[in-house]
Amino acid sequence: MSYLQLSEVTKSVGADVHLYPMSLNLEPNAVTILLGATQAGKTSVMRLMAGLDMPSSGDILVDGHSVTGVPVRERNVAMVYQQFINYPSLTVFDNIASPLKLRHESQIEQQVHQLAKRLHIEAFLNRFPSELSGGQQQRVALARALAKNAPLVFLDEPLVNLDYKLREELRDELALLFATGQSTVVYATTEPAEALLLGGYTAVLKDGRLLQYGPTLEVFRRPNSLDVALAFSDPPLNVVSAHLQHDATWQLNHGPSVVLPQIKASNSHVTLGVRAAALRIEEKSGDMAISGQVQLAEISGTDTFVHFHCALGEWVMQKTGVHFFELGSQFNFYFDPSEIYVFDPEGKLVAAPQSFTNGGT
Amino acid sequence: MASRIDLNLSHSYLANPQQDSDYALLPLNMSFRAGGAYALLGPSGCGKTTMLNIMSGLVRPSHGRVMFDGVDVTDQSPQARNIAQVFQFPVIYDTMTVAENLAFPLRNRRIPESDIRKRVGQIAEMLEMSGQLNQRASGLTADAKQKISLGRGLVRSDVSAILFDEPLTVIDPHLKWQLRRKLKQVHQELKLTLIYVTHDQVEALTFAQEVVVMTRGKAVQIGSAEDLFEKPAHTFVGHFIGSPGMNFLQGQISDQNLTLGQSKLHLNSEQVNRLRGHSQIKVGIRPEYVDVHAQAIDNSLPAQVERVQDLGTSVLMTMQCAGQVVKARLPLNFQRFEVGSNVHIQLLGKHTCFYHDEELVV
Repeated sequence: MSYLQLSEVTKSVGADVHLYPMSLNLEPNAVTILLGATQAGKTSVMRLMAGLDMPSSGDILVDGHSVTGVPVRERNVAMVYQQFINYPSLTVFDNIASPLKLRHESQIEQQVHQLAKRLHIEAFLNRFPSELSGGQQQRVALARALAKNAPLVFLDEPLVNLDYKLREELRDELALLFATGQSTVVYATTEPAEALLLGGYTAVLKDGRLLQYGPTLEVFRRPNSLDVALAFSDPPLNVVSAHLQHDATWQLNHGPSVVLPQIKASNSHVTLGVRAAALRIEEKSGDMAISGQVQLAEISGTDTFVHFHCALGEWVMQKTGVHFFELGSQFNFYFDPSEIYVFDPEGKLVAAPQSFTNGGT
Repeated sequence: MASRIDLNLSHSYLANPQQDSDYALLPLNMSFRAGGAYALLGPSGCGKTTMLNIMSGLVRPSHGRVMFDGVDVTDQSPQARNIAQVFQFPVIYDTMTVAENLAFPLRNRRIPESDIRKRVGQIAEMLEMSGQLNQRASGLTADAKQKISLGRGLVRSDVSAILFDEPLTVIDPHLKWQLRRKLKQVHQELKLTLIYVTHDQVEALTFAQEVVVMTRGKAVQIGSAEDLFEKPAHTFVGHFIGSPGMNFLQGQISDQNLTLGQSKLHLNSEQVNRLRGHSQIKVGIRPEYVDVHAQAIDNSLPAQVERVQDLGTSVLMTMQCAGQVVKARLPLNFQRFEVGSNVHIQLLGKHTCFYHDEELVV
């Protein structure tokens, strides 16, 4: 159990600012996802939290006590990286046992077997890391990190170098491990879907700034800015600017007009966002329709992402299942105006959809 | 001209292969249509790169033959086979301009200069690089360099086939879909035989007309994205395609019943006919097609909710049913169930598949 706090932490290297002043109280004994594109500052934040790097200013607190400047070896933390890092000359058993031996624990054999079982590597305990596949090697690294039984666990894109099917399996197991609530876990990823699958809490980062922190689903549903909505959308959020015509009627840039009673602020210009999953090719009453030309249908195996060109720009629709869309074909795409996100000219959230339905069927 | 490629072969990297596991490719007999777009999809070690290298001539199969348009090319070099290849990482000349890079494979073949200019212009336009033709390659981003690599692969219209080995690995995720679109457009326009190796299901399913799914040296299904999703020919395909993959439940057939754990389900006459002669069976159903109810209905099975994950655009529910795990993907506006609650699920519908010895019963 550990409370981890960042207080006005910054990091600069020479003239390069890696992190702007950042304050964050991590939810204890839960997983926090650091979500952002490459270069957003995820690894920088994590290295400061773990004590691998010193902040340029500000304070890092564990359980209320400043640990700024305390080197990583004097902190009780575990870390897993993108690369599969194990002791090459030790067997899998000895790799997992190493943190236990360091602490002179009893019943090492039993503990190693338990961890190995949890991560499905029991059959390989006598092998060396080089004799294992990438997925198995990363399982060993994870087992060793868990063996430390540290109150703080840091995982920096641990699944990024694995095949997607292995990633899916291991992510599922990790989510279950995190849910046991024995440690405060920080997990960095570039993928919105991974954040949603892991649940917990999410901190959205962009260009060295913390944009929003909160329960993952809440951040996804009510992004406080356009930047957060964009960072937390895959496929990308469909956006278009609009200006007020009269009353609650808004004229979409190069598009139709729409009545948006949800806009209460005194703005005359806004940016509208529609999630790909809110779009459909089946019409329902009260829908808005936009005509588009199919650019590509990407098939994920579970969903089809239809990229299309329309008067509003390059948009994308997510449809559950595998569907064939001919390149260049013309469709009407529909969505319910109540599913529109509204952002003011500064990009701050004005209104988010209240109810959530699935666009595609 | 685009070629038809026929493979009737097996390959082992060992001198004296004894058992199945000694083979990188188990005996296979397969045809690739002239002008078709194919993907070889599977996890690492499945044999897909070996198959690609056998087609290109980089690897000679230990047994059997490779035919291009009915001509035996087994002993021919990659050059003699007249194929173009695109690799994971850019293979270009840094000191040359984009135009010179694109023209290189043509100049090598002594194509008239006027034809070269026309073709290079056409390819550059397709790849949206017309504005960069006179720029030196060394100053370009990794994405742009890989686009040149793709262009060099596509520039010759007289190749038998173009072979791609995970060509989008180095491309930024946000640009990937645009290049996938380019490749698809190029295929529609040029009608070349394209073979594409990848471990990424999105890439394979998006790019190819037909996907060859491979595991352990064996091609277990060749089919369209829809075939692989709706009617996986092998349990591996059901598992591998889709996130999460297909649910499988072990059951027994007796008379007109299917026994799953303690429960018995009634089979309709069509299913009875189809499953005649089988006793051990696996029921395969995709999470998208699992029908969940609060109350028992005809032919439903009791299940207990183990985990509920709200994924923002859908809900993934994990259940225990007849001693086995079943996942259902439900719409957001579907009734929400608490962990531990009892539900009833219907597994036998028009999308349900049956497997014996891991193979689809048709």
